[in-house]
Amino acid sequence: MKTFNYTITDPVGIHARPAGILVKEIKKYDSAVTVTKGEKSVNALKLMALMGMGIKQGDTITVSVDGADEDNAAAEIENFFKNNL
Amino acid sequence: MISIQGKGVSNGVAFGPLFFYKRSDNSISRYEVENTEEEWNRFKAAQAKAIEQLGELAEKARAEAGDDAAMLFETHQMMAEDLDYEESVQNAIQNEKHNAEAAVSDTAEQFAEMFATMDDAYMQARAADVKDVSSRIIGILKGVVQGGIDSPVPVILVADDLAPSETVQLDKTKILGFVTEGGSGSSHTAILARTMGIPAIIGLGKQLPADFEGREAVIDGSTGSVVIDADDATRKMLTVKMEEQKKTQEMLNRLKGLPNETKDGHKMKVFCNIGSPDDVPAVLGNDAGGIGLFRSEFLYLNCDDYPTEDFQFEAYKKVLSDMGEREVVIRTLDIGADKQIGYFNLPHEENPAMGNRALRICLNRPEIFHTQLRALYRASAFGHLCIMFPMVTSLWEVREAKKMCERVKKELQDEGISFSDDVKVGIMIETPAAAVISDRLAKEVDFFSCGTNDLTQYTLACDRQNADLGRFFNPHHTAVLRLLKMVCDNAHKNGIWVGICGELGADLSLTETFLSIGIDELSVSPRSVLPLRQKIRDVNVAQVKDKILQMLMTDENAT
Repeated sequence: MKTFNYTITDPVGIHARPAGILVKEIKKYDSAVTVTKGEKSVNALKLMALMGMGIKQGDTITVSVDGADEDNAAAEIENFFKNNL
Repeated sequence: MISIQGKGVSNGVAFGPLFFYKRSDNSISRYEVENTEEEWNRFKAAQAKAIEQLGELAEKARAEAGDDAAMLFETHQMMAEDLDYEESVQNAIQNEKHNAEAAVSDTAEQFAEMFATMDDAYMQARAADVKDVSSRIIGILKGVVQGGIDSPVPVILVADDLAPSETVQLDKTKILGFVTEGGSGSSHTAILARTMGIPAIIGLGKQLPADFEGREAVIDGSTGSVVIDADDATRKMLTVKMEEQKKTQEMLNRLKGLPNETKDGHKMKVFCNIGSPDDVPAVLGNDAGGIGLFRSEFLYLNCDDYPTEDFQFEAYKKVLSDMGEREVVIRTLDIGADKQIGYFNLPHEENPAMGNRALRICLNRPEIFHTQLRALYRASAFGHLCIMFPMVTSLWEVREAKKMCERVKKELQDEGISFSDDVKVGIMIETPAAAVISDRLAKEVDFFSCGTNDLTQYTLACDRQNADLGRFFNPHHTAVLRLLKMVCDNAHKNGIWVGICGELGADLSLTETFLSIGIDELSVSPRSVLPLRQKIRDVNVAQVKDKILQMLMTDENAT
């Protein structure tokens, strides 16, 4: 399992648009992706649960990637966060 | 023959059968199902159909308005196939034996509730998305026709009024014109009609009973008349009018993509005046080069309390990103005088046109100004923003306003929030004082835009809203035109551009004058863009300039 931390810089946080693009991105990989903020964790494929976390600008989240293609997937997903959120 | 009168909000003539918009009602029946497997399959089929429809809408939106517009529908698609959402529906059907409609409706409520209780205005608004997606699925389960028009031939669409989500789904190839009971000139229906270039008539009230469905009608958007079963004479008269309008519009459409350039190579920027983000499609549809005046008041007028920074940010961002690289001049709050807002609690004034208004309110109540400027600078990261202050009379006002801009930029920098470092700051020239000291003001700002309605009113000491003063209110008055020339000269001496964003900009009888005195930009309503382009392309400045300038200085008939 690979994990990385990321601090959200987008002023609106993980809102519908980037959450939607994120789900699309994650679907490309076989690995299961979990997003954790504080005590709460969600499967990042679940769009509404992800939006329901209310992740805002300045929040630090932990993303864990678990599966056969986790090395590549974790790097690409981290890039995605840097470029979009 | 039956004649009914409404208010025309989009020009053009159309002949066709009346068709009453059928809105799917949201009521659902609830019952216990025996065969839960079959019910689950019903849901899966409706869900698949909804995802397919949303995909089509996304492609349509992408073609009409780009990737950002498409993303809304793609997000809806993902909501429709969300794993938790599906699981909740499945549970309601398989374990509680609810019918699919009830299962979807309850699930929608549950998810909408989750969003609605979040501590974030943006997320709260997402509750509407979940409900929108769910009512689509319910509509499919119930067998409602999407798009509302179930007719083999194009029709004149009759509705009470249409919501944005309804207008976007309409099959546009089936619509010849719009007729609505309610609505206003700035309603979605009116904007859509103007963008599509088809007639629209609003405010008919209950004059059209539903049993008129299918009857032949002629509508004329320029006069607001709706005629049912027209006689031959009326029919003939309107046919001629329709042909003429069609020819004119075709001629104008051919100008799209061409520069606003005179025969001798003088270029003019032709931009648009808008009042809300909804007007942007009309701006782009008419091939305007940018937005020369975005009146930010609508944000304040549509609220019951001061609009928050985030709320304003979203609206500005939308316009800026929709306009891409094109310039967008957003005017800061311009209320007072004829535009009053209750929650500002402004005391009654004897002479409001000369009172506490526009930039004066902003400087007297810096917290309001501060919020707006923060929203504007935050939005600047998403497009090509210019900020404009209205109602300037003195140098110190501009300096104080600019100081506030600097403060806001510093704050954002400290907070690590990105903004563009190339935001141009300009002012409206709408008082004689500003015109007279425009040589000094030009050193403080990046551009001028002349508001000719107020400039005329203040120069001629003539209330533009007093109907008895019609013949005294003359924007062609030499005094007004001389002031405009003076402003142009002072702007150009200092290397800044100058535009006109008042109604005078679209006055084709003055286009030659504006080109001659050196106006760089005209900002007009979207519909006026192409006629203005046509006029500009017909002018030869070298041939008319000397005569016009001489007349301006020596005209013995100076009005």
